[in-house]
Amino acid sequence: MTDQLDPLDESAVKQAVDAALQAFADSTTLDELKQAKIDHTGDKAPLALANRAIGSLDKADKAAAGKIVGKSRGQVKQAHDARLAELESERDTAVLIEEAIDVTLPTDRRRLGARHPLSLIQEQAADYFIGLGWEVAEGPEIESEWLNFDALNFGPDHPARQMQDTFFVDPAEAGLVLRTHTSPVQSRSLLERGVPLYVVCPGKTFRTDELDATHTPVFHQIEGIAIDKGLTMANLQGTLDGFAREMFGPESKTRLRPSFFPFTEPSAEMDFWFPNKVGGPGWIEWGGCGMVHPNVLRAAGIDPEVYQGFAFGMGIERTLMLREGINDMHDMVEGDVRFSARFGMKA
Amino acid sequence: MRVPLNWLADYVDLPAETDPHALAAEFASVGLEEEDFFGPETTGPLVVGRVLDLVKEEHSNGKTVNWCRVDVGPEHNEAQDDPKDPQPGPEVPSRGIICGAHNFVPGDLIVACLPGAVLPGDFAIAARKTYGHKSDGMICSAKELGLGEDHSGIIVLSDLGLTGEPGDDAIALLGLDQVTLDVNVTPDRGYQLSMRGIAREYAQMKGQSFTDIGSPAVAPVNEPTTDGFPVVIDDVNPINEVAGCDRFTALQVTGLNPEAKTPFWMQRRLQQAGMRPIGLTVDVTNFVMLELGQPLHAYDSALLGDEIVVRRATAGEKFTTLDDVKRKLDPEDLLITDRGADGTGGKIIGLAGVMGGADVEVHSGTTDVVIEAAHFDPISIARTSRRHRLSSEASRRFERGVDPELGPVAARRCADLLVELGGGTLSPATTQIGDAPEPTVIELPVERIGNLVGVEYTTAEATGLLEGIGATIEVVGKDRLAVTVPSWRTDITDDVDLIEEVARTGGYGRIPSVQPAARAGKGLTTAQKTRRRISNLLAADGFTEVLSYPFTSTKRDDQLRLEADDVRREHIRLANPMSEDMPLMRTNLLSTLVDLVVRNLGRGAKGVALFEAGLVSTSAGLPEGPGPRHLPGYHPTEAELEKIYASVPAQPYHYAGIIAGNAELPGVWGKGRKAEATDVIDTVRRIVAVNGLEVTVESDQIAPWHPGRAAKFVLADGQVLGHAGELHPKVCENLGLPARTVAFEIDLDALLAQEDLRAWDGALSTYPVSRQDVALIVDADLPTQTLAATLREGAGEELELLETFDLYTGDQLPEGKKSLAFRLTFRAPDRTLKADDASAMREAATKLAAERHGAEVRS
Repeated sequence: MTDQLDPLDESAVKQAVDAALQAFADSTTLDELKQAKIDHTGDKAPLALANRAIGSLDKADKAAAGKIVGKSRGQVKQAHDARLAELESERDTAVLIEEAIDVTLPTDRRRLGARHPLSLIQEQAADYFIGLGWEVAEGPEIESEWLNFDALNFGPDHPARQMQDTFFVDPAEAGLVLRTHTSPVQSRSLLERGVPLYVVCPGKTFRTDELDATHTPVFHQIEGIAIDKGLTMANLQGTLDGFAREMFGPESKTRLRPSFFPFTEPSAEMDFWFPNKVGGPGWIEWGGCGMVHPNVLRAAGIDPEVYQGFAFGMGIERTLMLREGINDMHDMVEGDVRFSARFGMKA
Repeated sequence: MRVPLNWLADYVDLPAETDPHALAAEFASVGLEEEDFFGPETTGPLVVGRVLDLVKEEHSNGKTVNWCRVDVGPEHNEAQDDPKDPQPGPEVPSRGIICGAHNFVPGDLIVACLPGAVLPGDFAIAARKTYGHKSDGMICSAKELGLGEDHSGIIVLSDLGLTGEPGDDAIALLGLDQVTLDVNVTPDRGYQLSMRGIAREYAQMKGQSFTDIGSPAVAPVNEPTTDGFPVVIDDVNPINEVAGCDRFTALQVTGLNPEAKTPFWMQRRLQQAGMRPIGLTVDVTNFVMLELGQPLHAYDSALLGDEIVVRRATAGEKFTTLDDVKRKLDPEDLLITDRGADGTGGKIIGLAGVMGGADVEVHSGTTDVVIEAAHFDPISIARTSRRHRLSSEASRRFERGVDPELGPVAARRCADLLVELGGGTLSPATTQIGDAPEPTVIELPVERIGNLVGVEYTTAEATGLLEGIGATIEVVGKDRLAVTVPSWRTDITDDVDLIEEVARTGGYGRIPSVQPAARAGKGLTTAQKTRRRISNLLAADGFTEVLSYPFTSTKRDDQLRLEADDVRREHIRLANPMSEDMPLMRTNLLSTLVDLVVRNLGRGAKGVALFEAGLVSTSAGLPEGPGPRHLPGYHPTEAELEKIYASVPAQPYHYAGIIAGNAELPGVWGKGRKAEATDVIDTVRRIVAVNGLEVTVESDQIAPWHPGRAAKFVLADGQVLGHAGELHPKVCENLGLPARTVAFEIDLDALLAQEDLRAWDGALSTYPVSRQDVALIVDADLPTQTLAATLREGAGEELELLETFDLYTGDQLPEGKKSLAFRLTFRAPDRTLKADDASAMREAATKLAAERHGAEVRS
């Protein structure tokens, strides 16, 4: 290699170039390539020596030799850089493969929480009605007897007052109960907001039922009341149909059956059509409803000759149980985290 | 109300092929919801048999059984016994049956069920070996056939007044193929608690004409006479100025045959309707009550005084009702009493409209009776029934309203049946006190029906439907009805009640579905949105939402170590709690939330993070004395409304959360990290921060927290938001919680009361930051927050961020000291800060800290 190369000997120069290219191609590691680079482009490499020899040539030959050697050196450098990039890329790929991890390892370092589905379903119902332009009203759970009963046309001796197993606050003369339904919020809304009124009132309610598979002393209802000029039972039916579709799917609808509630006249029990009912589609009892009784409006200082409307109420637990196929009330009230975990933040 | 369909068929055209389930659905569509269904429970062969012969055999267990040869008719008899058995009498076509009862003799007709029959309760009959013989069937008792409770002997047909031939189908003979529907009668419709009322609904439903057997215009009634049994109504204490008894009919039947029995058909109907046959007189009064809806009472004339007096009880009086309960009477209780002709020797004979007493009750030797058919004030009866916790068939009807026209009809119907079945004589002497009230007339513009229901009804249609319920209609003016309400519809007082009847009987199915267009609403309130935000934050932070029952006890307050004067001990108390152990309403959420932690851990959870959102209450500040009372339909004045609102305790909305066990879970990454006070303190800080507010934290000593590891949160306006930290070790021990359980509870209402003070004061500076670190040695009990506030104040406005990155206590520091390391990040809004600028600001900060807290820079 130390033989002096004649910078004007094109074929000898090409030979040196070919030798360099071959050496680069033969290098399989970065170290080999490094050595090949020293061998073929280092100070003592033929091309370097040829380059240095140009200086001592005749002026007339300098340009020709410079052109031959310069081009060759460029060709060698290019080949080296290309091979270098190739080998570096191979090395990097190998390193990344070695760094691979098992992405299926458990990741639950942080505990996952959940909302209670009874809360979520109340929010879903509220959102549906908010979308219709209604508002969401609330009231206290320890409630005045007047608002829980009398304002809703339950007279002091009305048999219906005994239908509901009421928790009374001690002493009874205080006139306080744990609200037996969300309906006192109807009266509060009428008194506080006036008419026209379109509100739903989801919330906690209480009756003295022992906890069993289908009863709980503490449960939830959603109540709706709409009072305006000219509202009819057809509007009640339409509102319920829409709500049933929201809760039970687009195939759902409702039907009314005559019934009795002191605060509505006419009154109805409401069934909904449940396409996903166990054992095949069918009607399932959902709640009570009717046209708001004139006495309820009168008690709130609203003229029943001018304003009329409807009210409805249904059990949240029942709605959730039916929709989600929950068989036992215990699961909903006992606070077992496994129950809520199933729902996450969406019921 | 149980409706035996064969009984209903007495009054309406009910085709035999009616599908009872379809009928139940039709009843539901007019408001009579199905409660229960009693269908045929017996399948054959169940036949009439004649006992041909019997042999009594005594067995080693001391029991004597009858080995019977029974003729069960040519179709079922067997020519030869196989094996050759039994042997009483000669071999004739028959069956051999073993029977343990002894109330029959050869020749009696009995009811035999043969192998293959199934009796009520899915009791399948097969030939079986018993007492050493093969019993080829069973001779049935009434109880075995579902015909009552009598199991003292087998049915002997002649005892029931029935007969037949061996082999006759006993299912038809005994009516075991009949169906009874139990329908739910809503509390406003007392008239439906009778076959009369149900028949009317059926007739209207089917468009049949209806003959009302309860109408005085149709049924026979006695003319009042002056020599009827003396009755005095003496009501000195009417309730709401309504007479306790406004009508009283009394008839007398004499010469009843004490041996006369209630015919089987009547017993059967009473049973089907859910009542127990007792004896002819009582059975007839019950039968007529079920038929017409008028409760009746029959007194034994021989035991009754000379006069009946209806009066209120006096304080201290006592009376033993037929159910053998001695009751202390209230001056509001209405009584039926008697007395001698001279006004002496009186006794109480009944709680009017609820239950009689034993003294003058008819008995097996009674021959002469006085029949009472009275009309009582529903409220008086309801209160008595409620007061004495005594509900009877009579009180159920009176509470819901009995037809005031019905007494004379029902009394006469009762007397006629007694005469017919008991062989007595009806005396013409008839007591009739009081008249039925004038009927109510309500005017109803036909248009108003459509305006409320959303379905157009013609005048003719509305008239037809209202006539169907028994009303009389007169058209007054154009399309305006004057509706005379039938006497039995005491529930109809207003035009809306009539509108319901038109809609109901016309069918709710006709009502179209029209969604109303509500006015534009304001969306969720700030409070509602805030609650969702916080609940979702907590769930995302690892807490699971639960809903605990809000009932608690003073024992729980003790377990939580609440001080004697803690306002959280001032509970609202329930008069009738679910459990006497838990009579109080919670004053804080943690008190009931802890139970759910314990439950989850008990069920195998290794650790748990729970939160609850809900209302709490205290009795503090509630007005003394009775709460306001107003009647339905009354609109209270502003002042009265104020009183109503003020009578309701404040019920703030709280959030509480607990972490028991790890804050970070163990796994392949490591052992996890136990929850500590700072975890829940941080939770509260995050709740405040996501709501755009600020809070200061102070250490506090308050139950149920650890005295050195509890934080109090104070809001910008000075209100206390709540507390967080580690629970007191004793509290954990008392409640069975893991050691070092941490918890928070905050008052959301306090948070909602805060003003949002955030202001945007210009664009974000993009000049580079300059960071300076400093470690300060201070007294160990100096709150970090206080020192940080001083540094902020001293550093000036260009301090963008202050981070605390190290806390050191130990050997290298003097006793009672700690070292806190801070990183101060400075940024100017208008220039690049030089290192000297930043150092100067840091020094200003440490200088102020030195002045205020004696802080020394740690080198």
